[in-house]
Amino acid sequence: MSKITFSRGGVHPHDNKLARECRIEVLPLPPVMYVSMAQHLGAPAKPIVAPGDFVKAGQVIAEPGGFISAFVHSPVSGTVKSVAPRKDLAGNPVMHVEIAVEGDVWMDGIDLSDTLVTALPEDRDAVLAKIKECGIVGLGGATFPTHVKLAPPPGKTAECLIINGTECEPFLTSDYRIMVERPREILVGAAIMQNVLGGCRCVIGIEENKPEAIAIMKKAIKELGYEKRMKVAVLKKRYPQGGEKQLIDAVMRRQVRSGGLPIDVGAVVQNAGTALAVYEAVQKNKPLVTNVLTVTGKSLPESRQHNYLFRIGMPLSYIIEQAGGAPEGAVKLVSGGPMMGKAVSNPDAATVKGSSSLLYLDAADTMRKSASSCIRCGRCADACPMGLEPFLLNRLAKVSDMDGLEANAVQDCIECGCCLYSCPANIPLLDNIRVAKGQVLGIIRARAAAKKQ
Amino acid sequence: MRDVLIALAPAEILSVLVYGWSELLVLAVGITSCVLLEWAITKWMLRKPSTIGDLSAAVTGLLLVMNVPSSTPWWIVVIGSIVAIGIAKMSFGGIGQNIFNPAITARVFLLVSFPRQLTDWSVSQGFIHATDAISGATLLGVYGEGGMEALTAIGYPENHKMFMDIGGSAGEISAALLLLGFIYLLIRKVVKPWIPLSIIGTVFVVSTIFYFVNPEVYTGPVFNLLTGGVLLGAFFMATDYVTSPMSTLGGVIYGIGIGVILMMIRYFGSYPEGVSFAILIMNCFVPLFNRWFHQKKFGRA
Amino acid sequence: MTSVIVWTIVILSCLGLILAIILFLVAKKFKVEEDPRIDEIEKALPGANCGGCGYAGCRAFASSAVAAPNLDAHFCPVGGNEVMKKVAAVLGIEIAEKAPQIAVLRCNGSCTNRPRTNVYDGLQSCRVKAQLYSGDTLCPYGCLGCGDCVAACQFGAISMNPETLLPEIDETKCTACGACVRACPRKLLELRAKGPRGMREYVACSNRDKGPDARKACKASCIGCGMCFKTCTHGAIVLENNLAYIDFSKCKLCRECEAVCPTGAIHGVNFPKELDKAAVKERIAKRKEAEK
Repeated sequence: MSKITFSRGGVHPHDNKLARECRIEVLPLPPVMYVSMAQHLGAPAKPIVAPGDFVKAGQVIAEPGGFISAFVHSPVSGTVKSVAPRKDLAGNPVMHVEIAVEGDVWMDGIDLSDTLVTALPEDRDAVLAKIKECGIVGLGGATFPTHVKLAPPPGKTAECLIINGTECEPFLTSDYRIMVERPREILVGAAIMQNVLGGCRCVIGIEENKPEAIAIMKKAIKELGYEKRMKVAVLKKRYPQGGEKQLIDAVMRRQVRSGGLPIDVGAVVQNAGTALAVYEAVQKNKPLVTNVLTVTGKSLPESRQHNYLFRIGMPLSYIIEQAGGAPEGAVKLVSGGPMMGKAVSNPDAATVKGSSSLLYLDAADTMRKSASSCIRCGRCADACPMGLEPFLLNRLAKVSDMDGLEANAVQDCIECGCCLYSCPANIPLLDNIRVAKGQVLGIIRARAAAKKQ
Repeated sequence: MRDVLIALAPAEILSVLVYGWSELLVLAVGITSCVLLEWAITKWMLRKPSTIGDLSAAVTGLLLVMNVPSSTPWWIVVIGSIVAIGIAKMSFGGIGQNIFNPAITARVFLLVSFPRQLTDWSVSQGFIHATDAISGATLLGVYGEGGMEALTAIGYPENHKMFMDIGGSAGEISAALLLLGFIYLLIRKVVKPWIPLSIIGTVFVVSTIFYFVNPEVYTGPVFNLLTGGVLLGAFFMATDYVTSPMSTLGGVIYGIGIGVILMMIRYFGSYPEGVSFAILIMNCFVPLFNRWFHQKKFGRA
Repeated sequence: MTSVIVWTIVILSCLGLILAIILFLVAKKFKVEEDPRIDEIEKALPGANCGGCGYAGCRAFASSAVAAPNLDAHFCPVGGNEVMKKVAAVLGIEIAEKAPQIAVLRCNGSCTNRPRTNVYDGLQSCRVKAQLYSGDTLCPYGCLGCGDCVAACQFGAISMNPETLLPEIDETKCTACGACVRACPRKLLELRAKGPRGMREYVACSNRDKGPDARKACKASCIGCGMCFKTCTHGAIVLENNLAYIDFSKCKLCRECEAVCPTGAIHGVNFPKELDKAAVKERIAKRKEAEK
């Protein structure tokens, strides 16, 4: 079996998939849910409910706020208590709809059964509309609205749909679990997207450290008779394999140009979780109101590692409580993986569509060591999957040399953290580079806006 | 840095065994004075947290010791440490800021200031009996003085085993052990092979050309590779992170530059050996190479 | 031997002479004609090149001032009125005096007032911290405490108080150049009129959350209750987004707002006497009674 990977950079952190054997459990409903209006990339959604309204599970409670935006649905049935700003997990105020849970009544027409529906719909536009109506966004982390990605601009055609099952971040196991437990649903979802994109080829990329998932997916392809339309690609274990540009490079041997989109090289990448959400939306008429989240960490005993099916909008504190509280020895709670996840400063925050994990890190793994001088060993440059020179960008950022930063492509940074991970001097490279990237992107946007006028 | 110390250890241990107490004294003085000096400078002059924990001062001290003869008086070694740590390293702002390799700067300083002591290859009795090859003068020295004829007169090449006890500075004693150390560094992924390879390749090509033009006057490639500090310099000093280019292309050009300059000095210069000068000269170009050559960026072909 | 010395001296002297002539000619040929007043103004300026005036440095300020029709857009915050008078004298015009200003921190989230809810161990830079999250307290508006303002101040006027973890401004050193105002990612520092004998009133809070949230985050926060707004008889207080703001051009320093503020978010500094809250409250009550 030939294993493929992306062409440059990358690091090999220990994968620590501690919750890999934990079956997906369904969490009971909390008394109150908080549904964020900004759980996707792009403009926040506009709430269309008012306090006092009764909503059913699966009912639209907010409409897209722009072209790149998404519908938001009520995950539960109950009464809207308030529509007001509430702090997200980083502590910044975001508009939320607060719903007091009453029973569990779903909208009519939503199929909650487990029966597999394999008949693929014919009408492309109807499928796209359904995906949009159901509020599907990319569940790999960026939460980009899926219907936008599935409708390439005129003149561009998709040659390859890549289903991202790499889950290259250490600790995370939610994608792995759905691939093991619901492989056929994912494949039908992939086939639907494949048809929407005009019948391009389809590759399911899975890293070699998940042999069970590879075997199960291969078996499911045979069972469904999909051998001709899709195949599984086994990828080497290497971070950040799940990065969109890196995955395209690994699977198709093509590099997305700086500032370009995957569709420029004929690629569309969708996460395995997104494929499942598409299946549920198109075949079962179920909007995106649930997702799978891993609760894990080295300080948790094996019995307390979990993969939960949660309703989007459950407060993190509720999930923490259901999982038995914070373990001793943990000093940091992270939402997402240890490389790119965000530290949770506000445990009262609500889960969003992109929530993939609650990770407890202990002091040895997370606390920064004091930085020493750069000796230009070049490990950061070797590790950078985008071929940048983090040591140089860091130096330019410190003196605010915006022209130098732009010339050295700080805007290409994918913030994967490989430089920080590889630096033997513990220099906070990414912290400086991230700020500089924001500033340079601002300058580029301002220049583009000035050109238009 | 610990890996560099480990990699240098076999050659230095052999040289202690061969040269005896005098080398042990030089070694002790060299490393202690470098480390103490760095500690003192950070404490009293820069008032910064000490950086001796990163072992870079120890590496500088060891390299300096390996670059001078075992018969060097201890006070010259101390002066060398002051130049290496005080002038070449700390006055630029400490580790990571220096333009020139500290150990080489110190060696060159000592060589031009104390030429007699620094080319005194007289040998004291060591802990193990060395073969007859360790004589009063290095092969390069003989060649520099009297050309090819003088070399033939002392029985080159028949009487000289090239991979053991070549003679010269302490660290140049064994090409085989230096190679071993370098392979260790490669395996540990501490250094990349491009700079040493390009230096060795250039030395090989240049000396081959000259040797074929006139073998009566010019020494051959094997002689040039295995004598003097080529291997020590190429493996351990030209690859110093701080003073070598970061990109592969820059590194290759840097290596070629060192190789050419070193062969020119050997063939035409007044010094018998040119590795230190070559590396110092090419050190000057490193900031320029770092500005010119960058690694290939993703999606910007 | 003597001839060597003599020759050395002769050659060096000649070399020196030739180089001097070349330098002279070059200086003459490439001489740039400049308004002499620029030099004079630059001499009058403090020479800190702090950029507080909005120009790149003192020289840039001087050349811009010479070209400008009047000095309305030019003010050196460091030198103040005294220096500006000198500048005006050089240009031969008159200028009006400006009230001296000082930087003020609009946050009072000290450790005791605003409990830390998490630990930040990233880069010690407010700019980086602000981009990552709302900070190590529940207040997403307050001071981040990494000292970007301290680093920005060229005059050593700002220092971090290790007990409160808030920056403190030394009134004797602050020149109101505005560097700290630009450095703060939370826009907590404000240049305000220094006030008569340094007396001034200001709201030491920037929290725009609703009352209960603000109160939960910090004991000394402005909860937007409007007590000060209702009390003020000079119309100096603006209440917007759950946050009060005192307009210093209208404030008469009566200190009534400070007395009625339930959280102590309003600060009065440099007053000769300590505020007797009870007395002021009584006074307000009597006035209200009379109004009825």
